[in-house]
Formats: sequence, C-alpha cells, structure tokens
Amino acid sequence: MATAGRIEDLHIVRVTKSFGAFTAVDDLTLTIPGGSFFALLGPSGCGKTTTLRMVAGLEEPTAGQILLGDRDITTSRPYQRSINTVFQSYALFPHLDVFENVAFGLRRRGVKGDDVTKQVTSVLELVELASLARRKPGQLSGGQQQRVAVARALVNRPDVLLLDEPLGALDLKLRRQMQIELKRIQSEVGTTFIHVTHDQEEAMTMADTIAVMNAGVIEQMGAPAEMYDLPKTAFVANFLGQSNLVQGQITGQEGDLLVVRVPGGDVRVPVSRSADTTGSLVVGVRPEKLRVANGNEANVNRVRGRVLDVSFIGVSTQYTLETPWDPERPVTCFEQNDEGAPDVKPGDTLELVWEYAYTFGLDGDEDLEAGTQFLGESSTDDEDE
Amino acid sequence: MSTKEAAPRPSTWHRTSRWIRNHLVVAYGLAALFYLFLPIAVVFAFSFNKPAGRQNSTWNQFSLDAWRNICFDPSMCTAVGLSLRIALIATTIATLLGTLIAFALVRHRFRGRALTNLLIFLPMATPEVVLGSSLLALFLNAGLPLGPVTITIAHIMFCISFVVVTVKARLQGMDPRLEEAAGDLYANERQTFRYVTLPLVAPGIAAAALLSFSLSFDDYIITNFNSGSTLTFPMYIWGAALRGIPPQVNVVGSIMFFGSLAIVLVAQLAGRARRKA
Ligand SMILES: Nc1ncnc2c1ncn2[C@@H]1O[C@H](COP(=O)(O)OP(=O)(O)OP(=O)(O)O)[C@@H](O)[C@H]1O
Ligand SMILES: [Mg+2]
Repeated sequence: MATAGRIEDLHIVRVTKSFGAFTAVDDLTLTIPGGSFFALLGPSGCGKTTTLRMVAGLEEPTAGQILLGDRDITTSRPYQRSINTVFQSYALFPHLDVFENVAFGLRRRGVKGDDVTKQVTSVLELVELASLARRKPGQLSGGQQQRVAVARALVNRPDVLLLDEPLGALDLKLRRQMQIELKRIQSEVGTTFIHVTHDQEEAMTMADTIAVMNAGVIEQMGAPAEMYDLPKTAFVANFLGQSNLVQGQITGQEGDLLVVRVPGGDVRVPVSRSADTTGSLVVGVRPEKLRVANGNEANVNRVRGRVLDVSFIGVSTQYTLETPWDPERPVTCFEQNDEGAPDVKPGDTLELVWEYAYTFGLDGDEDLEAGTQFLGESSTDDEDE
Repeated sequence: MSTKEAAPRPSTWHRTSRWIRNHLVVAYGLAALFYLFLPIAVVFAFSFNKPAGRQNSTWNQFSLDAWRNICFDPSMCTAVGLSLRIALIATTIATLLGTLIAFALVRHRFRGRALTNLLIFLPMATPEVVLGSSLLALFLNAGLPLGPVTITIAHIMFCISFVVVTVKARLQGMDPRLEEAAGDLYANERQTFRYVTLPLVAPGIAAAALLSFSLSFDDYIITNFNSGSTLTFPMYIWGAALRGIPPQVNVVGSIMFFGSLAIVLVAQLAGRARRKA
C-alpha cells in the first residue's frame, strides 16, 4: 500500500499483446517513475486501454514482463496488486449504492466499521458526492458516475492508480475542475497516476511525463514542454500541437548549424536538434514560432508564399500560405497581434521568418502526414466511446 | 367581461374530455385485471359453496365446511403433499443444475457448446405428449419402476431448460467489466462471485425457481405417462372431474393463490425495508 515509504517505479518490459493475428501492443518498454503523474496519450485504438489492462492484471501479456519495483507482477491476479483502475466505462456496481461502491475495496481488504465510514466519507467529500452517498449508480448523471469511479479507486490508496479517460463524459468546466482536483489529489497522496487520454491539452496540463503512443508503440516520452519543443517523430510533431514540416537534404554544416536544402531555399537547423547530420532530413517548426518578416531580420530561416487564408482570432492571426515547400501542404503561422490588426489579404505574397533555434530536424524517412488525421479528434471530442 | 361568461362552458367540456382521456388507461387496466382475476375469484367464491349435487358449479349455500375439513378426502391431501414435495425437489435440483449450465454456456468456450445450447432448447420445443411417452419408453427399458422417482426425474428434465434460458439471459445482460472491477478492487474469485455476480444474477435465478415450481406443480401430461399408480394433485383433479370436483379443491387452489401472493408481498416489503436501512 502507498502508506509508508517510497512508491515504487512501474516497469513495463518488452510487453507485447496480440489478439489472434492482431498486435494491439507491440514490444512496449516503459518505466514510470514512482509518484509521478504519467499521461499516456494517443489516438483511438492505439492500445492505451490494453496497456492499462495488462498493468491491472485483467489481461495477460503475450510476451514480456511487468514489474512493480523489483517484484514481477506479470502473472499475479488483479486482487493481488496494489493497483486500482478507473474504468473507461465506469463499471460501477449497479446493485450497490454510491457508499457501498466506494467501500467495496476497503471491505475486501478487511477494513472494518468506523474506518470504512470515515475513509469513504472523506473521499466522497473530495469528489463532492457526499450528499448522494445513498443513491444507486443508475440514479446519477454521467459525470457523477465518473466521480464515483474515481473515488472508488482512490479510496484504496494504491501504489498505482490507472485512469482510463476518466474525464471523458464531463463538460468542460467540470473537466477543468476535476483535472485540477486530480492533480492536487495526486500530489497529496503521492500515488503514481497513469492517466490515459486522447486530449493532448489535458495530458500537457496535468502530467509530469507524457508518452505518446501510436499503433501499439511509444513514439516519444518526456516532459510536456520538452516534447512540444523538440518532437522526435512526425507523428508527435503533428499529434501534440501542430507543425509545419518539409522534406530537405543536408548540404553542409556551419559551426553548430546544419544547412538543409529545401524547395525554395536553404534553412538552418541546430545540430543538437536534428535527428541526423547527413543525407535527407525532415525539417519542422511550430506555427507560433513563425512571424511575418519586416525586412530587418538577420540570421533567421525564411519561407515565402502566397496567402491562402487569413483568420483573425483576437490575440493572434492565423495565416495559411502556399509555399514552394509543398504546394499540397500549406504552411501555417500564428502571429501575435501585438502591433494591431494586420493588413494582409488572401493572394498577397508574404515572407515568414523564424529563429534557427526553434527549428527541429526529424529522420528523413518520416511520413509528413503521420498523426495529422487525428487533428481535431485529439483535443475536444467527448462523444467517442 | 365576455371571457368571464364564456369561460365555464368550454372548461366543463374540456374537463370531461380530459377526465376521460386521463382515466382511459386506468379503465383498460381494470378491465384487464378483472378478466385475469375473475376465474380466481370464482374459484375462491365456490370454495365457500355447499354443492347441492356432485358438481360444484352452481351456487347453493354458503358454508365453511370445505375450509374446516380440507382433508375430507384424504387421497386429495396426499396428492397435494406429493405434488408439493416433487415440485420442491425438482425445483431445487433443476435450479442448481440449470444455473451451473447457464454459467458454463455463457462464461466458457468448450467443444460442443453450440450443441448443448440446442439440446437445452429441445425439451421446450418438443410437445409434452412426445416428451412424456419417450420418457416412459426410457424408464421401462431401464427397468425403473414408475412412481414419485420417475415423476421427479421427468420434472427436473423439463424444468432445467427453462432455468437455463432464464439465467442465461440474465448473465448475458451483465457487463463482464463489473467482475473485472471487483477483481481490481481486491475481491478474489470467490468474493467476486459472492458480492457481485450472485447478487446481479439472483433475480434471474429466483424467477427461474418460481417458474420451475409452478411448471412442476401443475404438470399433467408428462406426469401422467410416468406416474404408474401414483397420484399427483393435477391428476387427482382430472380424476375427480369425472365424479364431481369437491369444494376442497377450490380451497387448495385459493390457499396456493393467496400463499404465493403473500410470498411476493413479503419479498417486496423486505426489499423496501433493506433499501431504506
Ligand atoms: N479483446 C480484444 N480482442 C480483439 N481485439 C481487441 C481486443 N481488445 C482490444 N482490441 C483491439 O486492440 C486495439 C487497441 O485497443 P485499445 O482498447 O487498447 O485502444 P485504446 O487506445 O484504448 O482506444 P480508445 O482511445 O478508443 O479507448 C484496438 O484496435 C482494438 O480493436
Ligand atoms: Mg481505451
């Protein structure tokens, strides 16, 4: 139990899970530091739930090991693990009221009488459901059920808490509130939280560490700001935020900058931010790092193009440009409106610039489109599931 | 001014039509209940009759004779007792076996599962006459003497099918994630069954048991083939119908009806009290 001492790290070692011929999780290796808030982010069907189920013991890996500290728990039964789950579909017991649902784990572990009442009441207060303790799950709204599910798992103070999209059914306001609440609870109880979501904003605001998962493998893992600043694959560049990507060829090196030939001119990439130093390279930059050139810049990367669309969003203006990089893939720029509304119309020619230091280089074989098909899904959808 | 004068007339009409609309469903419901309960009421009423002749079919005179002296014909009471005993044993065994079969069919993939499903369904689809005569042939060939034992075996057989179907439906409607959640919350397999699976399936099992009991208690056709010289209550009535059914039969019927009504009421009240506590 997570009462005394250090919380142990969770190690997932070379775990594979196949359903017949289909591989849902493919040779996954992951270490989740004890006491961290870890977010597993990925599009629908990428294997997030399957991974959690293996950690919880509800599914046995086809190959590989799962360790809590140095204990191998790969084949131990779910009830032998100090790991609790908030299920994607809640899975509340319909024949028990809210109180008894929450008390279930405590009673099975032999907690008695007053202790049960005390712990259940305090956790119900935490999720603001104390007044509904005697209702049956069928008499609760979706959001209330979700909070019962969180309370039911949390009351056990497990070493690891698995949350499978626990905030999916909540409206935006309650969701933000629960995000803050969960984050607070996590730092208070010190339990390791593994939070599955396909809301990238939620992952970035809540987690210490994010792992982006795609098609059964982890694409990249790290602190949110770090991953956003320096994505390692086109999938992460496109799925976590947005990116402008272009295919290029490395032609030389100037100090700690690589010179890369791209259609319409050269761009420079810091060696430290590049996946390669010779051959082909995919060059990328985040839209908000671009700005409209005023003619005075030196030592910056440039791209010229014809404006396709200008949309004014108050704090910023979004430009979409057709450039020589790839006429099929417009370049996007979010320009801060710190100098008033701009006077640019579709059809104008515009030059955009950005600092060398903001440029990143990905492996030349990367698929520029990877991850883009999930845009829009990743941030706002609630209806899926 | 004009509204004040005009108001009452439409409102009277409206009120009447609304009254009719609101009470139409109730009226239908009462009519249906009347239709359903009229025969039972007649049975109950005639248990207080003192028949003039042999047949207890025309009202003659109020009397408590039948109620005071239920076992006027001792063979009737023996038959009722036997029927109750057979129904209890058949229900217990059929419910137990049927529930186990239902769990196996829903929870496990095994060879012959599809065939088992079909075989379980057969006794319900087969005409009782065929079932009864085949069983008779079986018992004769097996050298089993006909009597309470063969009747009970026959009843268990056809009751199992109904139990399996009822419990299976309940099990299939249950979210398998609930059991996973129980396991996740430190319940081992036995506790999961005790605290999650059983309470959720129990209404199905109870319904199956009630169904078995009534099927067994009033079965005539199959029983008739396999009873030998034994007399169950339905067979007693059948035989008595030729000579004239004594009002004691009505008494037994009434007791059965009010008895089951009382059981249902007590169960409801107990459930409500538990929910309140
Ligand atoms: N029991 C199963 N049998 C066969 N295929 C399965 C099974 N469970 C999951 N899968 C498949 O494995 C893949 C990963 O499923 P999983 O539930 O882990 O996705 P997910 O990342 O949680 O998606 P979502 O965000 O939609 O919940 C899916 O393609 C799914 O169809
Ligand atoms: Mg999932």
